[in-house]
Amino acid sequence: MWRDAWLVAGKDLRIELRSRVAINQVIPFAAAVVLLFGLALGPNRAVLEPLSAGLFWVAVLLSCILATQRSFAVESSGGARDGLRLSGLDPAGVFLGKAAAVFVELVVLEAVLALGVAVLYGTHLAGAGVLVAACALATVGLAALGMIYGAVSSSLRVKETLLPLLFLPVSAPVLLGATKAWQDALAGRPGSSGGWLSLLAVFAVLYVTIGVAVFEPLLEDT
Amino acid sequence: MISGHMTTSSRRMASSRLLNVVGILALVGVAFTVWLGLWITPNAEYFGNLVRLLYIHPPMAWVAFIAYGMAFLSSLLYLWPRTRDLRLDRLAGASAEVGVVFTGLTLATGSIWGRPTWGVWWTWDPLLTATALLFVLYLGYLALRRVPGERETVARRSAIAALVAFVDVPIVYFSVSWWRSLHQPPTVDLSGRHLYVHGSMAWTLLLGFVSFTLAYVWLTARRYRLAALSDREAEEGLSRAIDERRAEAESFV
Repeated sequence: MWRDAWLVAGKDLRIELRSRVAINQVIPFAAAVVLLFGLALGPNRAVLEPLSAGLFWVAVLLSCILATQRSFAVESSGGARDGLRLSGLDPAGVFLGKAAAVFVELVVLEAVLALGVAVLYGTHLAGAGVLVAACALATVGLAALGMIYGAVSSSLRVKETLLPLLFLPVSAPVLLGATKAWQDALAGRPGSSGGWLSLLAVFAVLYVTIGVAVFEPLLEDT
Repeated sequence: MISGHMTTSSRRMASSRLLNVVGILALVGVAFTVWLGLWITPNAEYFGNLVRLLYIHPPMAWVAFIAYGMAFLSSLLYLWPRTRDLRLDRLAGASAEVGVVFTGLTLATGSIWGRPTWGVWWTWDPLLTATALLFVLYLGYLALRRVPGERETVARRSAIAALVAFVDVPIVYFSVSWWRSLHQPPTVDLSGRHLYVHGSMAWTLLLGFVSFTLAYVWLTARRYRLAALSDREAEEGLSRAIDERRAEAESFV
């Protein structure tokens, strides 16, 4: 399973490195969202700075939808999905591999976005340990959830509209937990974010487990 | 063979009659709840006439809750290979649909209560927020169900989506209530939930619960039957089309 996951993650990341869709499209999209928040809320840094954690995570959530769609788009052309199914790879491994690739892409995006928020909103990135931990845990949960719903909707003709509707309400606890953990860290109280970090961990463990369990029938479906 | 057919059809008739009884009881129960709630029960000391919403709002929320529970259970059983059966999938879909309707009604009645009590149509109370999230979550599930496809495929992906959605419910509730309790203290006093219920009020509330539960059973069963009929229509429509096509080809020979 782990070897298969490694193979699939390597394949997805290699495709990403060569096609540069995440770098050329998803990261600029996230940057545009952060800029637009600035326009909507006015240039006042005193307003933007306390909101930066929430705005950052909304941008990440929206980008995660794009990354998920991209992750399944690469399987749809040239019969790649059939190839993946016939390759004899463990479906749980395929799930973990694809989720890991999206995880890596999102972590890169978050690093760039955090710098953008620091520059544009004047946010002082304090409590780096908690910030990184929240990013890691939240992104595991988001990537796993994205892969489950991505596989559910990828073969449907209405996938572009259905995936966000399915994904966003379920990811609400991640938005809350990650935002609160970041707010605590940014406000100089990293100690009080422990509860939120464990909430993110529970979410991540739960959805990775569900994904490993249900990916086999999902892959067969389409 | 013929007698076997007779017993299934007579069983179906008996269950249909039972269902009609449930429907009539639900209708009478709801009518009585309305009558008791609007004319017989007294005004509450503090809430005045608003207290009359109490007889329908909690029963609606309760129905939504059991509807989602039922959708989750039947989806889980559907995913389990030994109990896989399309009837479970229909039950899950029917129940979730009724659940969404009642969640919408819960939000609407809650909002009507909120406006005169707190002066706002909406407050970020944990229970309200979690209910609203649940509402959009299951709207997504119903949208997914509506996407056409092969019957078994639709059933399987719907069951997985129901599982993913239901697992989220406690996390959503927990995180939202924690979010509210930790930072901003609630701006409105929600002590209305601890209303002292007595006498005819208690009986009306109880009647509300019973009749709304009966309404849930009736609606879900009707919706289930509709799904079964439309499945049969799709199946027989196809085989009839094949037969017709075959007859056409034979007439050529």
